[in-house]
Amino acid sequence: MIPAAFEYHRPQDMDGVLAVLQEHGDDARVMAGGHSLIPMMKLRMADVPHLIDLQDVGGMSDIEVGTDTIRIGAMVTQADIIDHAALAGAAPILREAALQIADPQVRYMGTVGGNVANGDPGNDMPGLMQCLDATFTLVGSDGARAVKARDFYEAAYMTAREDDEVLTAVTIPLPSGGYAYEKQKRKIGDYATAAAAVQITKNGDTCTSVAIAMTNLSDTPIYSEAAGAALIGTTLDDAALKASVAAMLDDIDPADDNRGPIAFKKHVAGVILRRAIERAWSRA
Amino acid sequence: MSNKMHIKLNVNGKDEEFLAEPRELLIYTLRERLNITGPHIGCETSHCGACTVTIDGKSVKACTMFAVQASGKSVTTIEGIGGPDALHPLQEAFKEHHGLQCGYCTPGMITRATKLLEEIPNPTEEEIRFGMAGNICRCTGYQNIVKSIQAAATEMSAAKEAAE
Repeated sequence: MIPAAFEYHRPQDMDGVLAVLQEHGDDARVMAGGHSLIPMMKLRMADVPHLIDLQDVGGMSDIEVGTDTIRIGAMVTQADIIDHAALAGAAPILREAALQIADPQVRYMGTVGGNVANGDPGNDMPGLMQCLDATFTLVGSDGARAVKARDFYEAAYMTAREDDEVLTAVTIPLPSGGYAYEKQKRKIGDYATAAAAVQITKNGDTCTSVAIAMTNLSDTPIYSEAAGAALIGTTLDDAALKASVAAMLDDIDPADDNRGPIAFKKHVAGVILRRAIERAWSRA
Repeated sequence: MSNKMHIKLNVNGKDEEFLAEPRELLIYTLRERLNITGPHIGCETSHCGACTVTIDGKSVKACTMFAVQASGKSVTTIEGIGGPDALHPLQEAFKEHHGLQCGYCTPGMITRATKLLEEIPNPTEEEIRFGMAGNICRCTGYQNIVKSIQAAATEMSAAKEAAE
């Protein structure tokens, strides 16, 4: 399991990173924790002639919990998310999801930026960020721009990020209400067979707002507006839950693979979404 | 094609300097270049944890890091935790409580467990199982691994109290 040879770059600042990206175009890839990219390089499924290690760049490892928004630097690890008390108070769904990603060793290395920028449909953070209506900051030689998580994913490993851009931060509006990240996986360390991220608010017994996103059930994460719309204004009775699940099933497009046939994945997706909604509602 | 790079590591307290291709994975540096063969290669795909080492206070799978990434950092392997003449309490506990059968996963298990007990000195069984989830054992069924870590935690806490 030896990757193909490559040139290693460890720039000290973002200008240095952008210079390498400018020079080598799509022959260069940035790496944060490397726990998605290195396995792909070892399998020779990713060909990376120029590897840019971001570890010395700095300025991307902070979690800032503000009054309206939360800003998470791209190099923040899953372990950092789990350990951050203020973040767990402000947006507990992040911790709940991070605890379900991979295993302890991988969570020390795996970063939020890598997880969202990679574009792997199996990654958990993209769907979660769509649920939370996060915005990604992309820095290129022309400066920075912002792209909504809900607009970022085009196909498996295809995103709105240009080859010469670096995803540097994720900004999340402070969530309110109940939350749940529910994930079905075959074993520790596995990607989801199906996962659902839900944030929900209520007024009395009536659902007033909800955001629902699904993971690993299409070649991109799926933000299902229709699944949410089926719940708003209801008391989350059985009919509303069934309508929401049906709407979600219309939006996903799972593939037949080693996690099961399409019918099974749709079944699991329905079970997982229902559990996530019920748990989020109980916390709202 | 690629140029060799000058890499500096501190491994178990000893400074090492060498030239290596960037694609050299840390596990091969340790085992084949430095002859530190405690960290094992089990799956080589980031799943099994047999290659676990500690780098700057984090448990890391050495099959999923290039040596050049670790350049400038401190690496601790099972050899740096304890040896035949002075076993670490975890090593002693794995021996006493049959925390191993074939022993292949054991260096990774114990290396990971040192870090777990740093973070949670007196873990519950659930915390042990969750904190050790990145290490796979195909012999023991984990029961005696959990017992060993619990026993070591008790021993280490008692020793710490006695010292204070």
